[in-house]
Amino acid sequence: MKLTLRVWRQKNADAEGAMSTYEVDGISSDMSFLEMLDVLNEQLILAGEEPVAFDHDCREGICGACSLVINGDAHGPERTTTCQLHMRSFEDGDTIDIEPWRAAAFPVIKDLVVDRSAFDRIIQAGGYVTAPTGSAPEAHATPVPKADADFAFEHAECIGCGACVAACPNGAAMLFTSAKVNHLNVLPQGAPERETRVLDMVAQMDAEGFGGCTLTGECATACPKGIPLVSITNMNKEWLRATRKAGKR
Amino acid sequence: MTEYVNYATGEPVTDSKAPSGPINERWDKRRFEAKLVNPANRRKHTVIVVGTGLAGGSAGATLAEQGYHVVQFCYQDSPRRAHSIAAQGGINAAKNYRNDGDSIHRLFYDTVKGGDFRARESNVHRLAQISVEIIDQCVAQGVPFAREYGGLLDTRSFGGVQVSRTFYARGQTGQQLLLGAYQALSRQIAAGNVEMHPRTEMLDLIVIDGRARGIVARDLVTGKVDTYFADAVVLASGGYGNVFYLSTNAMNSNATAIWRAHRRGAYFANPCFTQIHPTCIPRTGDHQSKLTLMSESLRNDGRIWVPRAKGDTRPPNRIPEDERDYYLERIYPSFGNLVPRDIASRAAKNVCDEGRGVGPGGQGVYLDFADAIRRMGRGAVEARYGNLFDMYQRITDEDPYEVPMRIYPAVHYTMGGLWVDYDLQTTVPGLFAIGEANFSDHGANRLGASALMQGLADGYFVLPATINDYLARNPHQDPVTAEHPVVREALAETEDRLNRLLSVDGDRTPDSFHREVGELMWEFCGMARTDAGLRKALERIPQIREEFWRRIKVPGTGEEFNQSLEKANRIVDYLELAELMCLDALHRDESCGGHFREESQTPDGEAARRDDAFGYAAAWEFTGTGAAPVLHKEDLVFEYVHPTQRSYA
Repeated sequence: MKLTLRVWRQKNADAEGAMSTYEVDGISSDMSFLEMLDVLNEQLILAGEEPVAFDHDCREGICGACSLVINGDAHGPERTTTCQLHMRSFEDGDTIDIEPWRAAAFPVIKDLVVDRSAFDRIIQAGGYVTAPTGSAPEAHATPVPKADADFAFEHAECIGCGACVAACPNGAAMLFTSAKVNHLNVLPQGAPERETRVLDMVAQMDAEGFGGCTLTGECATACPKGIPLVSITNMNKEWLRATRKAGKR
Repeated sequence: MTEYVNYATGEPVTDSKAPSGPINERWDKRRFEAKLVNPANRRKHTVIVVGTGLAGGSAGATLAEQGYHVVQFCYQDSPRRAHSIAAQGGINAAKNYRNDGDSIHRLFYDTVKGGDFRARESNVHRLAQISVEIIDQCVAQGVPFAREYGGLLDTRSFGGVQVSRTFYARGQTGQQLLLGAYQALSRQIAAGNVEMHPRTEMLDLIVIDGRARGIVARDLVTGKVDTYFADAVVLASGGYGNVFYLSTNAMNSNATAIWRAHRRGAYFANPCFTQIHPTCIPRTGDHQSKLTLMSESLRNDGRIWVPRAKGDTRPPNRIPEDERDYYLERIYPSFGNLVPRDIASRAAKNVCDEGRGVGPGGQGVYLDFADAIRRMGRGAVEARYGNLFDMYQRITDEDPYEVPMRIYPAVHYTMGGLWVDYDLQTTVPGLFAIGEANFSDHGANRLGASALMQGLADGYFVLPATINDYLARNPHQDPVTAEHPVVREALAETEDRLNRLLSVDGDRTPDSFHREVGELMWEFCGMARTDAGLRKALERIPQIREEFWRRIKVPGTGEEFNQSLEKANRIVDYLELAELMCLDALHRDESCGGHFREESQTPDGEAARRDDAFGYAAAWEFTGTGAAPVLHKEDLVFEYVHPTQRSYA
């Protein structure tokens, strides 16, 4: 197929950006979206132009590096990561808009590449269990009810791609933060730090400049791993509980 | 080429660190004999860790917990994205929770045998011992392993092993273990004990007075090339499977860190030992950028076949039963579709080479679930493999419940790597290599669910114990500064290389060269290797290298975010590593594990190992680009598991 691409080009963090238009031809419907961009980039290099910068790595939907807003949707029209989106989701002759994640807390580095280090700092604020190597008790010492283990897993699936933030009209990071809070707070191993975890992570999230949550639900719709919207409600409960408990102390 | 293949054989290399005595006491003995660093002195020591996968992430976190000052690097935008994250199946541990006869000794035995007797017994035994501690550690971190209704951990069997010792978290075990290590690392970053440099790639090693003292690294955002200093350097930069261009590795996984260390004096061991995984989704055309693995558990119920006739292009459902060749069941009646990875891969290549392959380009075989669906019902198949079927359908747009899957082998893992002793120290004092970056534990073939085990064993438990000994014995190394002549030279060399890449301004893209060398390697140093083929590749590689430096085109500058420059620079190293892999494959005139030499097979077409001539690990010493390396042999002694020839007929 033959496509028209309108791609966000921005030299660096300080430069002004703009949409540039490119034509690509000979695109097969079996290509992934990123392979289509590879074709564009080979074309650009040979023409003496700079290729379009975009983040990507595993190309199998698990590392969370890829991050494109395609025709206004984070990761495009299917519920998956951009690397697992295939060109069969588009028609010959389509015009496709390609932009980076748009959020105050994710500044653009170049073209379609953004800085998501705010997510790392949210995890650093409390998204862990304090369990130094060597200190662990025998794994079977504490059974975990299967339902709790499954609940933890569902939230632990988050790949940290940032689609939730990109999709949110407020640029909020509630779904990302709540996924980690829910994963660890439901487990007995996470219990001792249950209150500090949610309070510290939420405080860091606010400090990073993410927007407030108005429960529009765009985040959960865009999430390639299906983290549920109720995750946010659960985190709010955890936060309220922790705040009350801190008040009593 | 003639010059390159005339390698010299140097002094044997020996592992001086593994203690003698009963094998199950060696690790305790080594830990006791290793000198310790006083906790108060640890923060005076800086350790550089390159990579944040299972090995690097766990090592960085643990060293920081012990009190060392850790400076850590990854090329990804976050340490959470290292390619360990893509491991699906699980992690082995000799817990014997199933009471099915498993033990540390059995895991040790299975691993040595699975590695086709080309791994060091002491290391493998230690790995099996530590496996049980890894599970405890990960559970304590909150890794959500699969559990039974009683709340205890579930396990499954994997890769033809007869016990159920594989712990898993659905099909995302690597992700969950990596996030556990990443979270532990994050805690240390927040505490100020780890100085983390994401989007920063190591481009050279700094060796002063024979010791590893730092690295040269490039900030991928600003393009600035800088130097970093330490008392010891740990490479946890993963394997080199991307030399083949198409592999299941992440796009940016690369060999630069280990290859640059090799150029600076670290021996490279068994580079030709690569693992080709039989069940990957076949390529669909020249645009293909990477390959996706499908868990090999599919072979438990799927039947593999191709048409009997060459060039049969009928849709699979219209090929009658008697015109199908279930070739694994035919050739290996007792193991059938469950033969080991290397055998299944080679058989698929053979039928495709005969012209009986299916799908685009004839590079595929059918993996058919029609019988399983008839036998168990669609629901049972869905429960067992639903997520894999969905993944397959998303990529291929074909419904595997209705038409057979198409699969083809793909490069998946590299058993070779930097040579290390029992302490995981390379031949450069102060330089350690852990995880897939080293050669230590898997011999010529890795068993399923053992890569995660090794990465975490090295990072959480082995390295943190052994690096103490090195630092305690070298407590007061002279401080290194940017003004040191060796440092300035290393920095200048790196900058020159990058500038040279930018200045050629030729007419070929980095990807075009990567693809070319990758296809050459796949053809001649892939699933089956021959003397003539390897010689052909060895003739061709220097030509590609020469053409590369004449025709490469890298747009942009070095002082900015420049992904083409990153790629081109990695290809420089692939073009040298490829040559060493071919030479190693050429010199190893035997078949073992993932290395199949057509000249060395039994009358019924099976791999013939030659223990008398090749019962050693081959550690190569670099002598210059295109110059013959020097071979150092480490003799492998088997005191506990006695070599036998594999048979699966």
